[in-house]
Amino acid sequence: MNVSTMNANSITDVITEKKEEAKNNVVLEIKDLKIAYSGELAVKGVSLSFLKNEITAIIGPSGCGKSTMLRCLNRMNDFILGCTVEGGVLYHGVDLYGQDVDPVEVRRKIGMVFQKPNPFPKSIFDNVAWGPLINGFKGDIHALVEKSLQSAALWNEVKDRLGNSAMALSGGQQQRLCIARTLAMEPEVILMDEPCSALDPVSTAHIEDLMFELKKDYTLVIVTHNMQQASRASRYTAFMESGNLIEFGETKNIFTNPKEKRTEDYVTGRFG
Amino acid sequence: MISPDLSRRYFKAKLFRVFCMSVSWMGVLILGVLLYHVCREGLPWLDMQFLEDFPSRFPKKAGINSALFGTLWLISFTALFSVPIGIGAGVYLEEFETKNAFSRFVDLNISNLAGVPSIVYGMLGMVIFVRFFGLEESVLAGAMTMSLLILPVIIISTREALRAVPGTIRQAAFALGATRWQTVYAHVLPQAFPGILTGIILALSRAIGETAPLIMIGALTYVAFVPEGPMDEFTALPIQIFNWASRPQQEFHELAAAGILVLLAVLLLMNSIAVIIRHRLENKNQ
Amino acid sequence: MQSSELILDKSVISLKGSKRWSEEIIKGILFLCSLLSVLTTFAIVWILVKEAGVFFQEVSAFDFLFGTRWAPLLEPRSFGVLPLVCGTLLIVVGTALFALPVGLATAIYLSEYAPSKLRSILKPLLEVLAGIPTVVYGYFALTFVTPMMRLVSDEVQIFNAASASIVVGIMILPMVASLCDDTLRAVPDSLRQGAYAVGATPLEVNIGVVVPSALSGIMASFVLALSRAIGETMAVTLAAGATPKMTADPFVAIQTMTAYIVQVSLGDAPAGEIGYQTIFAVSALLFVITLCMNIFSSKLLRRFREVYE
Repeated sequence: MNVSTMNANSITDVITEKKEEAKNNVVLEIKDLKIAYSGELAVKGVSLSFLKNEITAIIGPSGCGKSTMLRCLNRMNDFILGCTVEGGVLYHGVDLYGQDVDPVEVRRKIGMVFQKPNPFPKSIFDNVAWGPLINGFKGDIHALVEKSLQSAALWNEVKDRLGNSAMALSGGQQQRLCIARTLAMEPEVILMDEPCSALDPVSTAHIEDLMFELKKDYTLVIVTHNMQQASRASRYTAFMESGNLIEFGETKNIFTNPKEKRTEDYVTGRFG
Repeated sequence: MISPDLSRRYFKAKLFRVFCMSVSWMGVLILGVLLYHVCREGLPWLDMQFLEDFPSRFPKKAGINSALFGTLWLISFTALFSVPIGIGAGVYLEEFETKNAFSRFVDLNISNLAGVPSIVYGMLGMVIFVRFFGLEESVLAGAMTMSLLILPVIIISTREALRAVPGTIRQAAFALGATRWQTVYAHVLPQAFPGILTGIILALSRAIGETAPLIMIGALTYVAFVPEGPMDEFTALPIQIFNWASRPQQEFHELAAAGILVLLAVLLLMNSIAVIIRHRLENKNQ
Repeated sequence: MQSSELILDKSVISLKGSKRWSEEIIKGILFLCSLLSVLTTFAIVWILVKEAGVFFQEVSAFDFLFGTRWAPLLEPRSFGVLPLVCGTLLIVVGTALFALPVGLATAIYLSEYAPSKLRSILKPLLEVLAGIPTVVYGYFALTFVTPMMRLVSDEVQIFNAASASIVVGIMILPMVASLCDDTLRAVPDSLRQGAYAVGATPLEVNIGVVVPSALSGIMASFVLALSRAIGETMAVTLAAGATPKMTADPFVAIQTMTAYIVQVSLGDAPAGEIGYQTIFAVSALLFVITLCMNIFSSKLLRRFREVYE
């Protein structure tokens, strides 16, 4: 891996990775990640890779640390008092928790959709447009909004009422709006924390279809409780329990032919 | 064998209930009596001439013009100083500062300052603004003193309003790569604004009615002119009322009542505007 | 940040944002705003110490705190502050006798008995009572309460402590009611349910169970409200008089600490002269008393919260 420094106005730490060297296709990688809340370990040394343009699901029983780990990937754990992170979280080889790394920059490239839809109490248009605008977007904002809403499969339903309040949308629509909002930032990775658990089955199906479309252009990491969802939607699955990574592999193997007994017990519903 | 003696206990309970109820409504009754008394004494004196004239030794010629305008000048400048600083401090303490020794020290300070008697603020204003800054007995000195007085109230109510905004909004904004200020400015403040506005109006209402600090900084009690600039001397409605009420003659007491009616009218107007604005803002957010 | 294209050039990974100067500047301005409160406290303390220091160079603290004759402006001079403290105390006791039980009973009514519609009328009305300027209360005491009292008895002087006590009591009543109401509501319902379940009447539940368990919170409310009464100026200036004396008779004229400060400010004593400097000594005493009461009140409140939260 070649590391060369580049001179630019305000950037003093630039790592260039040659395109040919992207043979491993690894966008995000965690190495022996340990996360503790006020001293108590919630994630106990997990190593994992997330590959480009694939959907990786993280499953496991409640409290196993999957959401905690997800929030680390875009430094949202910074907001939790007493949360300490050890180990490496590498984005294209750059440690996200490194000295000079600005978490705001991280979040522009790694977006997140939350469990409960949380649109801003503003209009549908403003919800999607706000992120790019505060980040200095100078192009055609209307085109960007339309493109994002289309990618989120929401455009047809709202194109005539972009000025209406986002709070008037249904739960499923709000969640798709949150996805559109994230897409408008044109991130490389999208993290989803149980995105359908607050939604009805029809909306859930919509969003799962959406995930297949999205992976063409983005890398997705999804935390889910719903094993059917994981087995339907993802290419790779990681199974966690009590803060440990029990098994990681291609989804079809995890669900039909798991290597570990704990994994087998979980996916066949013997516990969890 | 337990003998409950229920009927006597029920009777006592009923008595207690009636006692609590009547005592509660007593407060309202007193309010009614007070307003009635003020109206009865003051209404006969309330006319355009009263509003237009300046105070005078002769009750029939006395008016409240200078006091009314003095109050308006004072409140405008007080709002000018206290509102931005108060909201700024509230935003900083609630959104930017983490829980550490400094923030706890500031919290302690603010809650103590909220309980300091207003006359001590008057003394502070007199020494610092009137003497040390050399502002003399001007509207500016009065406004700065009042601002210090109501600052803790504004800070506390701003913080409560900010606290009421759900954390999910902030999380969503951060996840999009927004900085703290961008998040606060674009999302948290607009949502918290109705609550902040209520706090501001409450604080300003208090400032309008305060007399002691103004006396200490030397707002004059006999002023026969309207201020034309922030460095002018002034009087204010509560001072004028105090002045008239302190005189032994019955007619001046009645003038005081008329002045009170004007003061209450100003307060009512201000609070009504706030209620309307708040209503509009809350409807817009739906 | 990039200009029109937000799409990441995948060959260039830079995660170090340019130092956002605008964010730092804004944060700095907001920080200065919050610093003002700290500065205010320091300023108050510094001024009081400095100016009262001038006074205490001439009069010993012992004479000041324990002397029983207050005549700082007329010969023969005497600087014993106890008459003023006594006047303030008389007002506060009268206020407490009226406002504390009434306020607590109102709070019990609001939290226990009142249907929510009544509550939504009563509470705002009490807020109005709290919003009336203090000078109005002074006027009310002078022109209504005192004449009423004099109808009953000739012993009542034109300026007296009792009528000032009553109006100050009315003034702090909403505060007591509101604070106690919050306190009572913080007591968990399970406690009440348990008491009702053994067959107690509402009176017994409230007086026997709820109030005792909320006691430190209620005490905190009382202390806070009385601290406010101590600092009250205009009502006592107008109605209680300007005659400092040591007395327990509520129907004669007295003078409180706050009223004295007003009197001197309205007068002609020159600054720096010992008679004038008395206002700083009295202010310092007032400040210390209210500060101690406020701290005591918050300690009580913290103890209450520890139990229930």
